[in-house]
Amino acid sequence: MGERAKRLALVASKGSLDQAYPPLILASTAAAMGWEVGIFFTFYGLDILHKKRLEHLQVSPVGNPAMPPPIPAIPMLKVPTLMGALPGMTAMATTMMKGWMAKAKMPTIKEMLDLCVEADVQLIACATTMGVMGITQADLIPAAKCAGATTFLDYAADADVSLFI
Amino acid sequence: MVTDVAIAQKLDCKGLLCPLPIIKLSKAIKTIEVGQVIEMLATDPGSVPDMEGFQNQTGHQIVSKEQQNGVYRFLVRRTK
Repeated sequence: MGERAKRLALVASKGSLDQAYPPLILASTAAAMGWEVGIFFTFYGLDILHKKRLEHLQVSPVGNPAMPPPIPAIPMLKVPTLMGALPGMTAMATTMMKGWMAKAKMPTIKEMLDLCVEADVQLIACATTMGVMGITQADLIPAAKCAGATTFLDYAADADVSLFI
Repeated sequence: MVTDVAIAQKLDCKGLLCPLPIIKLSKAIKTIEVGQVIEMLATDPGSVPDMEGFQNQTGHQIVSKEQQNGVYRFLVRRTK
């Protein structure tokens, strides 16, 4: 390893429960190995930094044929995609996923964020998204720093690994 | 089981999945002295290749890795 720490630059663009984990897992792991990490939270990804919304992220069965069947023993028996649009199905899918996460002793999104903050991961809140969606600094967790695409690109220009999620 | 290595600290990550074992290991390794060895136990099969990656990226040395009854046991030496 050289003198300079490796750098990971991530874009978190999605605000569903299942899509919120990968950037936080990658970020906390890289930081644990001594890398510098910055995540640019943009569009619905900004919900991950939103104080009120981050604990209510959901996973939708709509358009998600990977959602598992209720009976694992019969893998061909999938819940028809159309059923996912019925009232209550998103809440059910979300509860189901939170249940798996808890059973696997996985941290919650809030806990994953705490791990990232503790490890000095830079949490960059997309300024444009904040403007478009009417989100202010006060709506976000204290560690979030508002900046634009220029700031992220300036950071990512020196990254060793850069991913859009 | 490798028993001739002095263990400065033990870390039980059994039942935990990525990213927790590596996060806990990176914190724990900072609490021992350079040259000392930490014992890490895990049950996630992903921890076997992940520990190789941890060694490659951090420079800390995997002294030994073993498996017994579904539990992986790693001895890791702090190198800096």
